[in-house]
Amino acid sequence: MLRFIVRRMLQAVLALFVLSVLLFAWLRSLPGGVVSALLGERGTPESAAALRAALGLDQPLPVQYWRFLQRALEGDFGISNGVYRGQPALDVFTQRFPATIELSIFAMVLALTFAIPLGYLAARRRGGVFDTGSIVFSLVGVAVPVFFLAYVLKYIFAVQLGWLPPSGRQDVTINATHITNFYVLDGLITREWDAAWDAFKHLILPGIALSSIPFAIIFRITRAAVIDVMDEDYVRTARAKGLRQQTIRVRHIMRNALIPVVTIIGLQIGALLAGAVLTEKVFAFTGIGQALALGFELRDYPVLQVLIMMAALIYIIVNLIVDVTYAIIDPRVRT
Amino acid sequence: MTRTATTSTTTGSGSGEPLLSVRDLSVTFGRGRRAFAAVDQVSFDVRPGQTVGLVGESGCGKSVTSLAIMGLLPARGNTVTGEVMFDGQDLLRLSQEQLRERRGSELAMIFQDPLSSLNPVVPLGVQVAEVLQAHKGMKSGPASRKATELLNKVGIPDPTRRLKEYPHQLSGGMRQRALIAMALACEPRLLIADEPTTALDVTIQAQILALLRELVTESGTALIMITHDLGVVAGLCDQVNVLYGGKVVERAERHDLFSRPRHPYTGGLLASIPRLTEERGRRLNPVPGSVADNIPWEGGCAFAPRCASEVEACRSTTPELEPDRDGLGPDRLLRCHHPLEENPLDDIRTHQPEDTEGGPA
Repeated sequence: MLRFIVRRMLQAVLALFVLSVLLFAWLRSLPGGVVSALLGERGTPESAAALRAALGLDQPLPVQYWRFLQRALEGDFGISNGVYRGQPALDVFTQRFPATIELSIFAMVLALTFAIPLGYLAARRRGGVFDTGSIVFSLVGVAVPVFFLAYVLKYIFAVQLGWLPPSGRQDVTINATHITNFYVLDGLITREWDAAWDAFKHLILPGIALSSIPFAIIFRITRAAVIDVMDEDYVRTARAKGLRQQTIRVRHIMRNALIPVVTIIGLQIGALLAGAVLTEKVFAFTGIGQALALGFELRDYPVLQVLIMMAALIYIIVNLIVDVTYAIIDPRVRT
Repeated sequence: MTRTATTSTTTGSGSGEPLLSVRDLSVTFGRGRRAFAAVDQVSFDVRPGQTVGLVGESGCGKSVTSLAIMGLLPARGNTVTGEVMFDGQDLLRLSQEQLRERRGSELAMIFQDPLSSLNPVVPLGVQVAEVLQAHKGMKSGPASRKATELLNKVGIPDPTRRLKEYPHQLSGGMRQRALIAMALACEPRLLIADEPTTALDVTIQAQILALLRELVTESGTALIMITHDLGVVAGLCDQVNVLYGGKVVERAERHDLFSRPRHPYTGGLLASIPRLTEERGRRLNPVPGSVADNIPWEGGCAFAPRCASEVEACRSTTPELEPDRDGLGPDRLLRCHHPLEENPLDDIRTHQPEDTEGGPA
């Protein structure tokens, strides 16, 4: 098991390295570039050259990359030259990232809580009204663009009904203490219950919007997996043994059906981060999605690099956890 | 209708009142015009300690019969009629919960393919212990100690280590031994073995059969042996029911069946067994045709198109399962208009030289 984890971690490091090279080259191949973005209309060839030299952009790309890598390994990802001008790029990340993580975790928990039990139920009642209804519902979930769903939810529940806040992470009138920048967690730590509750209410609408696609996909996979597993000989054996329905469901059906579901959860993390960018935009949720969008407009290389690398790192870590979970569930992949 | 069967004085180890009494059991898949009777009015008895064979080729309804007895047929898409009396209760009329309580404790079953019949992601020990926990109310500690004992009893070496292992880490024979341990964990009164040796290689087959015979004799468990292999029958069964097209076509004590097969299908099955005493290179004698050639039982005999002793009545009148008219004993039942007069094995032996075709130079 340990060897398995170590091997996967080495693979992860390699993947991150390759990604950093590609990302570095790709960002710098974008038309426009940081100099014209910074100088705007007032730029002269001389001032542009001076700025390029100051930013180290006059060096050949491999040299630039080498410098970036050296600094990055020391935790220095450069200084923002976009909207967060003067701030270390890493700080932009650490301040905003908790918001995105909080939203993503909430959305994922929401998706899992509903998708797995409903997927099981739909499979048990295959072909029934509940099954058909769930399939149609989940199809709608995948088909409706996240930002559209986000606007609809916001209009109905925030604007028309006024049940939930339309935007932001927390009501500005609440003077909450922030320790980790995970607002709900902060509220719980400091026992500022109203702050935690308020932050939670701000999560609900963007969370639902963001969970729609993972929900639909996990639901479909669970349903298909349960249908497959129910026809397996070992489930018949379990029934022949006269086990309680509960034991058959948990130990013999779900434990096997969850194997493909776990894989999908890992892959959905990517979709979740992408969806977060759109959702944050609609709900003015100050996470990395917003920072990414602004970073691209202004060619803020240091900020873009750190955000994309970190997003990739998260993706890789989650998938590493998924692989380990997978090995725990399925003894056949351990060797 | 076939009550005569129950009056037989058995020559097997079983005696007294039947433990299981199957009466007119029919299983129909589909509905209306597309309905298909996989099992058609099958009746037989199993007495305590007796081993009864259900023999026939693929599609004859033997596995469906066993699944119907256990209540393991899919919930939808089939109709089960008749009676399955077990210990004074009709299993077909019990609720799911009442049936669940009996499965695994009083009635147990082992299946054909040991690898697919074991849960790949649950350690073997848990799969054995859970039967005990479900029926004996044992906690996990005592249950796993008992599981060690059981694995030891079915001949799995180093049972303590094996308990922690997963099915893919065991050999085919071990897996089937483990399944037998699970089935016998609660000392059931009836064990159904559905082709338990088909997926195993020949040397392991012999070991598993020997193990089954030993355990059944020792515990007095009644056994229904489902097989297409008359070799298995010869070594294990007291009484044999030959099934064809969902119906019992012949019933006899083991010895009688082998010495005087009466139904042409039984004769064909016996003749198809390869023999070491035969000349090298001689072709096997399969039963000609396949189940696809069957005609419906209504107004005829399903086996007629494949039968060498077919007479006119075989295409016009449905044969009934009746005591053998030739006075071979009251416990022999036969469904045939024109039964075999002599053992086809003798026939083969006499005619062997002429029959040889395409033999070795």
